[in-house]
Amino acid sequence: MPLMPVVLWTDALVFLLIALGLIFGLHAARHEHLRAPWRRVVRSRVGVATLVVLSAYGLIGLLDTVHFRLKTDQPAASTEPQHAQFAPEVLSLLDVALSGLRARQEKTYSAPFATHLFVKEAIQLPDGPLIRDYPRLAHGGSHLADPATERGLDIAFRALLGMFKGLLAWGLIGAGILWRLARRRGEPMAAIRADILAGRTAIPWRTALAMLGLLLVGGFVAAELAASYHILGTDKVGEDVFFQTLKSIRTGLLIGTLTTLVMLPAALLLGIAAGYFRGWVDDVIQYLYTTLNSIPGVLLIAAAILMLQVYMSNHADDFASLVERADLRLLFLCLILGVTSWTGLCRLLRGEALKLREVDYVQAASALGVGHFTILGRHLLPNVMHIVLITLVLDFSGLVLAEAVLSYVNIGVDPTMNSWGNMINSARLELARDPVVWWSLTAAFVFMFTLVLAANLFADVVRDAFDPRLRGVN
Amino acid sequence: MTAYLLRRLLYAVPILIGVNLLTFVLFFVVNSPDDMARMHLGEKRVTEEAVQTWKQSHGYDKPLIFNPEATGLARLTDTIFFEKSVRLFAFQFGSSDDGRDIGYDISQRMWPSLAIAIPVLLVGLAFNISYALFIVLFRATYVDIGSVVLLVAMLSISSLFYIIGGQFILGKLFHLAPISGYDTGLNAWKFLILPVIVGVIGGIGAGTRWYRTLFLEEIAKDYVRTARAKGLSESRVLFRHVLGNALIPILTGVVVVLPLLFMGSLITESFFGIPGLGSYTIDAIGNQDFAIVRSMVFLGAVLYILGLILTDISYTLVDPRVRLQ
Amino acid sequence: MTARLQKTWILATLMLSFLIAGCDDSPWNDPYPASDADSNTVYSSFDERPKHLDPARSYSANEYAFLAQIYEPPLQYHFLLRPYRLVPLSAAEVPVARYFDAAGNPLPEDTPAADIARSDYLIRIQPGMRFQPHPAFAQDAEGRFRYHALTAADLDGINRLADFPEVGTRELTAEDFVYQIKRLAASWLHSPIAGVMGQHIVGFQELAGQLESAAGQGPLEQAETLRQSSLAGVEAVDRDRFRISLKGKYPQFAYWLAMPFFAPMPWEAEVFYAQPGLAERNITLDWYPVGSGPFFLSENNPNLRMVLERNPNFHGESYPTEGMPGDVESGILADAGKPIPFVDRAIYSLEKEEIPRWNKFLQGYYDSSGIASDAFDQAVQIDVEGEPILTDAMRKQGISLLTSVEPSSFYLGFNMLDPVIGGDSPRAHLLRRAISIALDYEEFISIFTNGRGVVAQGPIPPGIFGYREGESGINPFVYEWRDGRPVRRSLDEAKVLMEQAGYPDGIERETGRTLTINYEAVATGPDDRARLNWIRKQFAKLGIDLVIRSTDYNRFQDKLRNGTGQVFMFGWNADYPDPENFLFLLYGPNGKVEHQGENAANYANPEFDRLFDEMKFMDDGPERQAILDRLVEIARTDAPWIWGFHPKAFSLHHQWMANAYPNQMANNTLKYRRIDPELRQRLRQDWNQPVLWPLWVGAGLLVALVLPAWWLVRRRERRTAL
Repeated sequence: MPLMPVVLWTDALVFLLIALGLIFGLHAARHEHLRAPWRRVVRSRVGVATLVVLSAYGLIGLLDTVHFRLKTDQPAASTEPQHAQFAPEVLSLLDVALSGLRARQEKTYSAPFATHLFVKEAIQLPDGPLIRDYPRLAHGGSHLADPATERGLDIAFRALLGMFKGLLAWGLIGAGILWRLARRRGEPMAAIRADILAGRTAIPWRTALAMLGLLLVGGFVAAELAASYHILGTDKVGEDVFFQTLKSIRTGLLIGTLTTLVMLPAALLLGIAAGYFRGWVDDVIQYLYTTLNSIPGVLLIAAAILMLQVYMSNHADDFASLVERADLRLLFLCLILGVTSWTGLCRLLRGEALKLREVDYVQAASALGVGHFTILGRHLLPNVMHIVLITLVLDFSGLVLAEAVLSYVNIGVDPTMNSWGNMINSARLELARDPVVWWSLTAAFVFMFTLVLAANLFADVVRDAFDPRLRGVN
Repeated sequence: MTAYLLRRLLYAVPILIGVNLLTFVLFFVVNSPDDMARMHLGEKRVTEEAVQTWKQSHGYDKPLIFNPEATGLARLTDTIFFEKSVRLFAFQFGSSDDGRDIGYDISQRMWPSLAIAIPVLLVGLAFNISYALFIVLFRATYVDIGSVVLLVAMLSISSLFYIIGGQFILGKLFHLAPISGYDTGLNAWKFLILPVIVGVIGGIGAGTRWYRTLFLEEIAKDYVRTARAKGLSESRVLFRHVLGNALIPILTGVVVVLPLLFMGSLITESFFGIPGLGSYTIDAIGNQDFAIVRSMVFLGAVLYILGLILTDISYTLVDPRVRLQ
Repeated sequence: MTARLQKTWILATLMLSFLIAGCDDSPWNDPYPASDADSNTVYSSFDERPKHLDPARSYSANEYAFLAQIYEPPLQYHFLLRPYRLVPLSAAEVPVARYFDAAGNPLPEDTPAADIARSDYLIRIQPGMRFQPHPAFAQDAEGRFRYHALTAADLDGINRLADFPEVGTRELTAEDFVYQIKRLAASWLHSPIAGVMGQHIVGFQELAGQLESAAGQGPLEQAETLRQSSLAGVEAVDRDRFRISLKGKYPQFAYWLAMPFFAPMPWEAEVFYAQPGLAERNITLDWYPVGSGPFFLSENNPNLRMVLERNPNFHGESYPTEGMPGDVESGILADAGKPIPFVDRAIYSLEKEEIPRWNKFLQGYYDSSGIASDAFDQAVQIDVEGEPILTDAMRKQGISLLTSVEPSSFYLGFNMLDPVIGGDSPRAHLLRRAISIALDYEEFISIFTNGRGVVAQGPIPPGIFGYREGESGINPFVYEWRDGRPVRRSLDEAKVLMEQAGYPDGIERETGRTLTINYEAVATGPDDRARLNWIRKQFAKLGIDLVIRSTDYNRFQDKLRNGTGQVFMFGWNADYPDPENFLFLLYGPNGKVEHQGENAANYANPEFDRLFDEMKFMDDGPERQAILDRLVEIARTDAPWIWGFHPKAFSLHHQWMANAYPNQMANNTLKYRRIDPELRQRLRQDWNQPVLWPLWVGAGLLVALVLPAWWLVRRRERRTAL
């Protein structure tokens, strides 16, 4: 086998999350009362538009979650047959897909679409003299003979080419969707197309397809250009900023989702138990979350991250590779963010459970002598799931933003990990340069803003769809 | 009422003990007395003896939580935990790793924090409420939709961008305000402009959106319909009835954050070089000065509990139907 | 409607014009009070609050920035002369060591070090020096100390030292110097050099042992015990002279006499600060120094700013009259012989973030500044010869640039105790040498310090005796001499070395595994990420997989102490300009793991250690140079470090600041500075005119938004009313 799969802790959790999502989805598909709110979500124009954007982010994040190690070439010197050896470097599908971007490193800063370095250097001319000038980039626009005259045309041509490819892809996908819809409804494709164009479908396909087209064209143009330019420039050590932003997506998504996932069991169990059992159980659980809540969150996180560092340096040999170390730190950050944020959900669930335990069917079950845990599992849990879901989507954007702030205080993700927080943090100093190095900050801003905005809008739609009563709670 | 307060205060004691124990355990795992000594003694030419004498003279040579060599109660009291954290309950914070009295520093640094936090709160409140009222007046029109999109967009921008942008534009490009720094007394006003503007703008997204939903909820209630049926003008309804009734959640929302204003804002203060409690905490984390961090955690917990109690009291004051038992 | 609109406009215009008129005299963004605008004050910044201002404890550059202006040790470094030379400060002249044998007979100066049992330094202090005004010296009419028996009532309303209404002074005596040296031995003061001094000063360890019993006493008793105690090797001969006796020969001792550790300390101060109630107010000797130098600390608010003010009791000093060739032409000697200090005050503001500090410098609110790596291109260009020159923008502002190589080393150390990378097996040797070639420090310097550094060819930085320039000075294992300059050996050579070491393409021949090396790092700032990525790239050139184990500083030091790391970056800043202070970092008996010394690489080579012991006691000269050459050669062969680089200090100064001169050893240079406050005020005004149009635009926008909104509200109102 040419590669060896590697499953990091966070990968495993992501797969678990996806599995849970699938199970929940299948379950919901078979129950009308669970399907109804989702139908409301996909029938909203904002809902589908943001869903498309979020799926694009999710896809990139997912690609970046499948990790493996490549097989190394056997050194020529070794004679006896050996077991296959794998390179120590852990790669993801995204790394492989973007291996061009990853490998094409410059020496230091270069602006977006630049063909020359951003700083002057001593250059040895072929005919002898040493001059100080902006040297050509090793990769960015290196195919051009005379950048000054050719660059604009080349960019325009490649952009057009990319746009054409994007439109082609969009057309194919659009046709596929059309065909499926037509088959399902048993109507001719032309009629469906007219419906979609006029915006007469129940699911706003027009919006969805428009958004998809936008993303596809944008993506293909970026891909086409990124093959020969650094479309978002390079950073201080010459790494491609576009690559960094794409890699940061996984970090952002993970912080946003895993935090809720890891805190979920505790919050669910304790919240429902507190509301259902009341009495001393309630007191203990309330004490627990008031205590945790009263510690300022940042300080708790700082302490926990520092503790992890102590643990890691005491058990340094358990974490052989850089990726594993960074991964563990990310997981730990999710955990500790979960600890600081589960109390809100716990309180909500407790309130809901307090209400639910007085409901007839629960009372009846209790009177019939059904065990407590059966009641909790069968009657309470399904009835609070919508609260969990709403919390999940609502917390998401806040957590993505929190990551940036924590990185600023140096208690965020590992400094070697790609994340928007780390990018912003390094970019702070770049703003003081003159001329300003603006592209890292802008790239992080745009990508982060798009994700958070989409998530916020989506959260609103989901909340309205699931529980109009909860509007005022958050 | 008095009995209730007394009970709440007593209830606070186990919480504070819990907070103390937790932070103590966390920070001593991270930062053993040896680390503290080395931090304190500097980098060059530190010997093991120097570390030992430092620990001895600062009372860190005892066991952490349980002293098996002592007898009776002293097993629990003759420990670092008891010595260092019990005094916190009397608000004696002791001295930081660099030998300064923490209580004194806190009392000094509290004021700059408040000088930022209070204007941000008040200006923000005034702006957000008026904007929210305006949106509600035009609910379900393009003004509403446009505003909501704007608010969500503003909410989606990291606070770091607001700060960096504010310093860059107002300070560097336009020379309108000092970029950072602070001064004592009334001279401070110059330095407050920028952080306050940034703080208010950064808070618009979340704040206005929250007030908007509050007002919308209120406006859907029966009495508003009645008032409108009586022929009151829309602005009258809004100001008199909706705002009046929404004051309760607004007020309680404000009261709960009031005590925490003392703690200052970590990020704003360190960006703008304001010598408040927020930057104090950040510096302490950076320097691993955990005597300060422990004190700040304790202070934060006390203020949080205070906020909870104040909220309860404010409920009874605003709404006579609520009784504290 | 229109009438109202007009009214609003008039009101807005009026208010704005008031605002503008009110602020006309000082720029809007001026961070200082307008009243200070033309005062004779130096404005500077500090980024980390000092931890100790007690000269017995302080041992870091950021504290010396203040301390050196306040305390006067016996000696100082000459401001202009190079190589660095010691000249008297509070001493009347530079003391010369006198040597004695075990029986106490004087020995000639050229006696071999091994035969010297004791060396004496007799220091005569300048007459007529007085301490700064301080409440500890305040006396009442009967000559009793005014504040030596403070009660709780006396302390009412006292928050700072300045709150004590009365101050006094006293003339310095030799006893004050002796008292301070005794303080170094007191365990409760945790002096960082107690260990070093214990090895050298006669009777120091005995005194430290005696004082051990006083460790548990109250501060007042401790001060008394210290006063009563005596130190065998240090005694006041009379009012103006004291003698220090050292065990054996220790020529580097004179350098220690130029550090604040040996500054005079009045016993009154310690007794004063030891009184109950003062420590709770943060009034301690560690925060409020009592010195005799040109300045005293008048405001101490490390959360905000530190203010130094001219000491009215200063004994006087004059600007140096000698300089290096060219110094007359450059104007640095224009003030020769004039009484110093020139400035009345220096205000240091706390500035934690790099960006605001740099911007304030450009706006004229700081008089001088270093250059942050990211602001470099804005300030400095490197010309064709590789020499730095200021950019046009800087020159237009009249800013001048000073550069000098710092006497420090930033190196990458190999832990010599490690089985893979360390030790003296040929394999490890080859591996270390391959890495030394692959790690392109030229690139490091150009990316991370903008070329502000010199690649190190060995442990000794330029400007220190023993450093060799040119072809004879290069490290032949990493460089070759080509076209008159050192050129790094090619990567292919490194790869060949890797192959010889048994790691072809970074793959261990026996196991077929990729060689993995752990790099211990401290990640603290935004720049660290880039640095860590860079260093990974360097090792990857040889096929080595570098695992970065970043952690906090405590943990990092733990690893160095336990010897569990493999590769790490570390630095050393010279205490004094002598090669001994660099080579001792490689001296076996200084090993970090075994001896808790400063030899973080745990390098030990018997020949090196023997030669080092010999070199230590020698005076500078060809003989010493020969031994130094051999020492450096041994170290290069064994390659326990990648020698890294010596940073170059760049500093920028505004045109109103005169007499700035790079001196890496002297910290007390504030007294030489002279400023032109009027010019500064004028230029600040010019540079900081507020840009008002955004305000107008903003106001306009607000009106443009509010008016239609108002109109909408009105219309809606009418409609609902209908």
